[in-house]
Amino acid sequence: MARSTVGVIFSNIHDENIPEISSHRTMASVPFGGRYRLIDFALSNMVNSGITTVGIVTKNNYQSLIDHLGSGKDWDLARKDGGIILLPPYSNETDKPYSTRLEALMGITSFLRHRNEDYVVISDCDGIAHMNIGDIVNYHEEKGADITMVYHEEKEPSESSYFITLQPDQEGRITGLKINPSDLKKGKKYNLYINIMIMSREFLINTIQSAVQRGFSSFGRDILAKKVNTLKIYGYEFKGYYAAVDSLQDYYKHSMELLNKPVREELFGARDIYTKVRDSAPSKYLTGAVVKDSLISDGCVIEGTVENCILFRGVKIGKGTQVKNCVLMQDTVIGENVKLESVITDKNVVIRDRRTLAGCAELPYFVSKGRML
Amino acid sequence: MLRKKECVAMLLAGGQGSRLYALTNNIAKPAVAFGAKYRIIDFPLSNCINSGIDTVGVLTQYEPLELNEYIGNGQPWDLDRAFGGVHILSPYQAKKKQSWFEGTANAIYQNMHFMKKYNPDYVLILSGDHIYKMDYAAMLRAHKATGADCTIAAIEVPMKEAPRFGILNTNADGTIYEFEEKPKVPKSNLASMGIYIFTAEKLFKYLEEDEANPNSSKDFGKDILPTMLAAGEKMFSYRFKGYWKDVGTISSLWESNMDLLGADPAFDVSSNDWKIHSRNPLAPPEYVGEKAVIENALVALGCEIEGTVQNSVLASNVIVEEGAVVRDSVIMAGTVVKAGAVVDYSIIDENVTIEKGATVGEPKAKGVGIAVLGRGITVAEGASVAGGKILDKDYKGE
Repeated sequence: MARSTVGVIFSNIHDENIPEISSHRTMASVPFGGRYRLIDFALSNMVNSGITTVGIVTKNNYQSLIDHLGSGKDWDLARKDGGIILLPPYSNETDKPYSTRLEALMGITSFLRHRNEDYVVISDCDGIAHMNIGDIVNYHEEKGADITMVYHEEKEPSESSYFITLQPDQEGRITGLKINPSDLKKGKKYNLYINIMIMSREFLINTIQSAVQRGFSSFGRDILAKKVNTLKIYGYEFKGYYAAVDSLQDYYKHSMELLNKPVREELFGARDIYTKVRDSAPSKYLTGAVVKDSLISDGCVIEGTVENCILFRGVKIGKGTQVKNCVLMQDTVIGENVKLESVITDKNVVIRDRRTLAGCAELPYFVSKGRML
Repeated sequence: MLRKKECVAMLLAGGQGSRLYALTNNIAKPAVAFGAKYRIIDFPLSNCINSGIDTVGVLTQYEPLELNEYIGNGQPWDLDRAFGGVHILSPYQAKKKQSWFEGTANAIYQNMHFMKKYNPDYVLILSGDHIYKMDYAAMLRAHKATGADCTIAAIEVPMKEAPRFGILNTNADGTIYEFEEKPKVPKSNLASMGIYIFTAEKLFKYLEEDEANPNSSKDFGKDILPTMLAAGEKMFSYRFKGYWKDVGTISSLWESNMDLLGADPAFDVSSNDWKIHSRNPLAPPEYVGEKAVIENALVALGCEIEGTVQNSVLASNVIVEEGAVVRDSVIMAGTVVKAGAVVDYSIIDENVTIEKGATVGEPKAKGVGIAVLGRGITVAEGASVAGGKILDKDYKGE
């Protein structure tokens, strides 16, 4: 149990990874896996590890996030002491809202000061994993680390705009840390930092303060990379299933991975992933429906053929329609005799009768929120 | 200003539901699962909140544990309120006496203090036995418009079924001149739905008088309503048109579940204008596998379906393995139908295991009857449960 740990989740960092889906919402509120938002995974991991206070750092477009989180009760985080605490950007007439992680942390120092937990776990929302934070806190304590960074071994170098590779020694201590290295080779294994780190609350507050005094602006470049030899930075290898949403292609690929039973069992089997409750009716399969190898959420009504698809809540599939290899987000309505292949629809999309749309696995066809085709 | 609620609802949820046999061995009837993700009590509770009634007393007596846990603080129905909200009312020990609820009227009488706390003008009496969507606010408006002392919701039933109900004989203006409890030869087919609105002071008066009467069976239908009528109180019927089903028997519970199926169902739980709220299972979307066949079905979250599912209602986390067949059946949460097993025309309670190659029930067309498996039992590999059979223990075959 990570009882004495407070969570901090960055909801906006990585927004630029999938502009198609996050142009009008935070990365945290990107829908995933039929009935979840990306933040549900980070939040549920914290809640399942016994964390009862989570500060959520926001910057812009956070209306859908606030709507999703509500009072926090669906995560059991509507608490008298703690619970979900939204941390909107702090700005006055002269300052702009933060532009780096370090500036964002500076903006939440009063939140950190007012807490009494020993440790802080800082997480982004771009990763999908089922992770026990308590194990990482224990590791951090055991090692007597200043900072513990969580990494995952990746064969394919990521194409995201900003990433960090770590070189731990045998003890797990990080001896080398590279930001956006340009010499990555395909097929070689890298220890990719997955944007989750732990440090003591006191250490974090002190680090932020001294960074302010010195005019630092980047947590990665000015603190982690510069102090890799002076600070005790440890790496914790996460060995489970980990999916980073770095692009629309990635989003599509990882969505489809949910159709593999081992992935589903690891993510959903052992522990609960909490999400906003919508009180949808159970999904309904009508006469003539053909459904194969698909994830179907509540509130769906299916009369056509659905193969290898992820259907979010409230999706309607009309008669004579065939959808294959598609991700259809909440309340998408597909008319009759439509053919869709490798299509991602955002929320509230309407595809009218007899339309045909096709993308391919490398480049899914994306239909943005609320469009009618 | 005195804080008050215009209308307080009292929901009678103490019934054993003995005609549901194995399904109510350990839970009260209102807690019985229905329609893949609901429980029977979700319907009156959702009707209350959708009608703007936010103060509900739920009277429990028989096996209340699961019902209490399900209702919790009422949050899933938006009934967690600082003043009002949903409250579980159990029998209690008082200074002068201690007693179980002895009849429907006595149950309400014993909770007089609960109602009076809200200083209501009207009291709505409900039961936790029916599946329906009803606007109680419209009924309350009718009650006020007629100036009635008691308004009874009524629905027309087929004449041949009328002897099973409390029958209202009414004048053209809706006033009731006679109330017959389960008449052998009914004069009308207007059945009481067991939903009453009383003007609060009248209710309190008659409850107190009834309590003092040693010859009373302390029942609304048998005692309170006839006494009020005899005393010349203004009693009106309120016609309800729509779906209303008592799910107190195995066959009616099965039928009512089936009424949810299809593109144009007899009873629609999916409409957004009268949402049925419930405690939602924490489960991922259901997975329908490569070889699955799934037609005319209602399926809840967390199911894993690799076999065949037809004309059935599956609650959350049900597993139907490859080669297994589920037809014309109601399967409750967490049940596993293993490879090659066949379930026909059955109601299977929660967390039942049907081992490989077992058969449960017989095809509906044979007309043998609905097989029922009670909670948590196991049907052994290759065993065969005959149609119409009701089991509440592990079964290894004859």
